[in-house]
Amino acid sequence: MIPDLGKYTVTILGSWGATLALLAALIVLTLIRGAQVKRALEAQEKRMKKNG
Amino acid sequence: MSIWEYANPVKFMQTSGWLLPWVFGATVLTLVPGLVWGFFFTPLAEEFGATVKVIYVHVPAATLAINIWVMMLVTSLIWLIRRHHVSALAAKAAAPIGMVMTLIALITGALWGQPMWGTWWEWDPRLTSFLILFLFYLGYMALWEAIENPDTAADLTGVLCLVGSVFAVLSRYAAIFWNQGLHQGSTLSLDSEEHISDVYWQPLVLSIVGFGLLFVTLLLLRTRTEIRSRRLKALEQRERMA
Repeated sequence: MIPDLGKYTVTILGSWGATLALLAALIVLTLIRGAQVKRALEAQEKRMKKNG
Repeated sequence: MSIWEYANPVKFMQTSGWLLPWVFGATVLTLVPGLVWGFFFTPLAEEFGATVKVIYVHVPAATLAINIWVMMLVTSLIWLIRRHHVSALAAKAAAPIGMVMTLIALITGALWGQPMWGTWWEWDPRLTSFLILFLFYLGYMALWEAIENPDTAADLTGVLCLVGSVFAVLSRYAAIFWNQGLHQGSTLSLDSEEHISDVYWQPLVLSIVGFGLLFVTLLLLRTRTEIRSRRLKALEQRERMA
């Protein structure tokens, strides 16, 4: 399935691997922080509503 | 209707919430085929051999690294001139994405440079200006974290963004300005005489569009998070004062 990369296998797979790993980390961290902040804001709004 | 309406956080949250699924869908529809086409279905290049496949991650990342800083410059100027909070938060949200893109460009460039130029790194004008751009991204993010007052942080990071723009421009045009160094000139010209062969250029354009849409998706998500975070801090402060 993977094309024959010859003597450049490490160069090419290293480049693609590093790129995909960094993009995946960026996406995951973005989603995690987004969910954390959203949850914290909802809890704060709920608490303030309850306390008047 | 004015474009400044979107500087209103409520309006921005409504519009971005509606836009996000569409932009995400467009990202998947361009990025996945662009990368698959580039990796699996492009022939070996005469000059670069199989390493030409690195172009599909290196060039889109490098293109975005520069253009994200330009976007940050525009939004910082909007903040400095018109004091719209959403624009300052959009610049803040874009910085980590730009930093990652610059890092990808540096890593893939070093990996590609070793077999092509016989070295991982050279103090070539484009490579050096890219490294400085990376340091500016780190400095910009650190400055946001270091200052407690968000308006002061937005002011100072806005000024830093103006200064860093010199290096963003240098990164783009270094190969032309100095006409020396290892890095080659244009890969992306719209002129078919100048740019690389169509068999490589077409999947490359698709990958660049995919990377660009991924940036927009992440930017919308992160700006929404920054707006929520700002509201959370305001509510916490109000509660403490009560």
